[in-house]
Amino acid sequence: MIQLTVNQKQYSVDVPPNMPLLWVIRDVIGLTGTKYGCGVAECGACTVHVDGSAIRSCTTPVSKAAGKNITTIEGLSADNSHPVQKAWLIEDAPQCGYCQSGQIMAAVILLKEIPEPTDMDIDDAMMGNICRCGTYPRIRKAIHTAAKLQKEGGIK
Amino acid sequence: MSNETTNMGRRGFIKTSAGVSGGLIIGFMMPAYAGRLKNFLPDPGAVIFAPNAFLRIGTDNSIKILLAHAEMGQGIWTTLTMLLGEELDADWKNISVEHAPPAKEYFHTQWGAQMTGGSSTTYSEFDRYRKAGATARILLTEAAAKKWKVAASDCKTENGFVIHGNKKLSYGELVESAATLTAPAEIPLRTKEQWKYIGKGMKRLDGPEKVNGKAVFGIDVKVEGMKIAVVAHPPVMGGTVKSFDASKAKQVSGVVDVVQIPTGVAVIADNTWAAIQGKKALVVDWDMGGNVSVNSATQFDEFRKFASEGGKEVKKGGDVAAVIPQAAKTIESEFTVPYLAHAAMEPLNCTVKITGDKCDIWTGSQMPGFDQAAAAKILGLKPEQVTVNTTFLGGGFGRRATMSSDFVSEAVHIAKASGKTIKMTWTREDDTQGGYYRPSFLHRIKAGIDANGMPLFWKHVMVGQALPGDDGNGSAEGVSDSPYLKAIPNYHISQYAPKLGITTLWLRSVGHTHTAFAMESMMDELAQLAGKDPVEYRLMLLKDHPRNAGVLKLAAEKAGWGKPLPAGHFHGVAVHESFQSYCAQVAEVSIGDDGFVKVHKITAAIDCGLAVNPDGVNAQIESGVNYALSAALYGAITFKDGVVQQGNFDDYRVLRINESPAEINVHIVESTDKMGGVGEPGYPPTAPAVANAIFAATGKRIRQSPFGAMKLRG
Repeated sequence: MIQLTVNQKQYSVDVPPNMPLLWVIRDVIGLTGTKYGCGVAECGACTVHVDGSAIRSCTTPVSKAAGKNITTIEGLSADNSHPVQKAWLIEDAPQCGYCQSGQIMAAVILLKEIPEPTDMDIDDAMMGNICRCGTYPRIRKAIHTAAKLQKEGGIK
Repeated sequence: MSNETTNMGRRGFIKTSAGVSGGLIIGFMMPAYAGRLKNFLPDPGAVIFAPNAFLRIGTDNSIKILLAHAEMGQGIWTTLTMLLGEELDADWKNISVEHAPPAKEYFHTQWGAQMTGGSSTTYSEFDRYRKAGATARILLTEAAAKKWKVAASDCKTENGFVIHGNKKLSYGELVESAATLTAPAEIPLRTKEQWKYIGKGMKRLDGPEKVNGKAVFGIDVKVEGMKIAVVAHPPVMGGTVKSFDASKAKQVSGVVDVVQIPTGVAVIADNTWAAIQGKKALVVDWDMGGNVSVNSATQFDEFRKFASEGGKEVKKGGDVAAVIPQAAKTIESEFTVPYLAHAAMEPLNCTVKITGDKCDIWTGSQMPGFDQAAAAKILGLKPEQVTVNTTFLGGGFGRRATMSSDFVSEAVHIAKASGKTIKMTWTREDDTQGGYYRPSFLHRIKAGIDANGMPLFWKHVMVGQALPGDDGNGSAEGVSDSPYLKAIPNYHISQYAPKLGITTLWLRSVGHTHTAFAMESMMDELAQLAGKDPVEYRLMLLKDHPRNAGVLKLAAEKAGWGKPLPAGHFHGVAVHESFQSYCAQVAEVSIGDDGFVKVHKITAAIDCGLAVNPDGVNAQIESGVNYALSAALYGAITFKDGVVQQGNFDDYRVLRINESPAEINVHIVESTDKMGGVGEPGYPPTAPAVANAIFAATGKRIRQSPFGAMKLRG
């Protein structure tokens, strides 16, 4: 049994230690907001936070996340009140929406590390997250908007 | 917006959610289908007015809008709702949206099948959805007027209420009596001056659930007792299983079954990871089939031979052969593009549950009716015994619109062979290597100009595999219907469609993905040959095509065409008509120190007639540009002895945020002309605009795609 803390809730999961965290989150725990896109840390759709860092859950063995604080998109806010979620809605960033959980989770960490990122900072931080709908211009705008919201409202 | 449907099963959802003791159901059609439809409706005893198609209003004031088309990012979840809502005067907070099940009521208004494609949803539904809303409003108003014994014309509707003086009744209070009334034959629609939403816009209604992980895609579906299936496919498309050894696969913890199906061997497990490990442990002896002869390295040489032999004549005007000697200048160029995979972010998947003589399917599909029919055929059932629940699509781009229902059929075969409820999930590699590609194409164009620089002749041969529905002859859209032909006195267009075993499919903007690249690159070459400015030259040739000329002028003006640019930056232009819309783009590029092209800005102008949701139009053009740029810079599926050489995003490279233009500025032409689409028309001009800008920067003509890894300098 592996002990996991996901979105501040405790789980005991009976899975092989090398099973990627992604599949534990999706198939075992049943939180499907975190997406499978590539399985090889190329697309970022599976991005979650482990102890405040953005990681690719598709290539992270569950054993490495044991005992740590895991946050998925579902844990960001229950009511879309996180400044990054708000900004995403203000800029109407999602299209098909499939990659957006990963985009948002990556952006949250970027804004934690660089509260007022430049376009270059955004490119550097977000280039690991693919969007096939090509919502990149809106993701950029949304990150700038989130930076403003965060500055006004304090870091959540 | 509700999405529990997909997780709970449609009927379960309706029972729990509606709690409606009665409801007004607005539809137009076909009592014959009422029987079939009632399977999808709330408790049939509670339905007062049937059959339903697009709208249900409950006594609890709940309003459900059913979409005849699928949301795959293009925004119709919002647009169709706006159209209906424009006439309904509902309280928006009571509205929920749902994909409709397959049924004749939801057939495309022009194409006779239920489908999402061809950038056609908004214009093809413009009247039908408004009428659905207006009909409901008229009946509700009449019901209230009768109750109050006043004239319906003296009542008004607002925010979910019918109002007369100081009396008001909510829609929910009126549905039962409204349902006993008959809709008038003529449904008057509101005029442009009365519109509150159309043309003004609305934020995406599916936005909130797409920023918190609640939106349910096919891959997220959970059904009780469901197992996960992953499939070992033949390394060469069209190959078959000779034999297989599942003993090691079955030893993988969590694997519960291994079954052979027509398209490979499926490993069924408790979770996706176990299924993937099981697939790796599987030993399959494959018969590779006939496609082992497909090699990208030599394919264009073969295509060149076909081009020299000439193909089937598509269109001609004047006499090309006769005027060739009279040309002041001639030029011959060849353009090539490779196979492309759609590579939607959500890998293909499908969930199937077979219970007795019924089958439930959950998937994100652009053609649910085809999927229903395909499943029924495999199972020996009637279509009405198969329920297709359409989830959100994690990108479509045409890949989720196969006439053969390839991935749905595969999942049905797995469920049938195993006797289990399964969610089949393709890995990214399955998705990339699974065929149904935009075919590779070679265009050879010989053109000549007269002493004034005007086109004298145009000889064009295209070689590439046909798409489904092309009758084996290929299609020349974007060439044979080009507006330029009117300005070219002598032309000859032909095509040759080699018969290969690679499955082909429409990819966002279909033939225009490559015909625009060939046409607009060549047009730039002609302008150069004539010594004319590329915009001016095109405008001369398009003088009888005001909408093409209009977007071209607008894009050029907004981009500052001809005005100074930052040092090292250059402009290129292209204009193309597709899906009843007109789009021009000016690309601003530079060549980086690494020698590769860098696209800084795309200025786009679009004329799609009325823009129902203008920011939605902007979003689709931005999306089309980036999807096209991804293909132009990096997209290529190649074959070696029939084996696809790409598998994941490391070798099937796609556009990333740092490669997206810093700005994509979209300008919408104020237009009252015929409405067109917006999902696809943003794609075609991008590659030629960028290629033409590279020429401006380097003097090098780019005649093959992809060109993002091409060293242009140094």
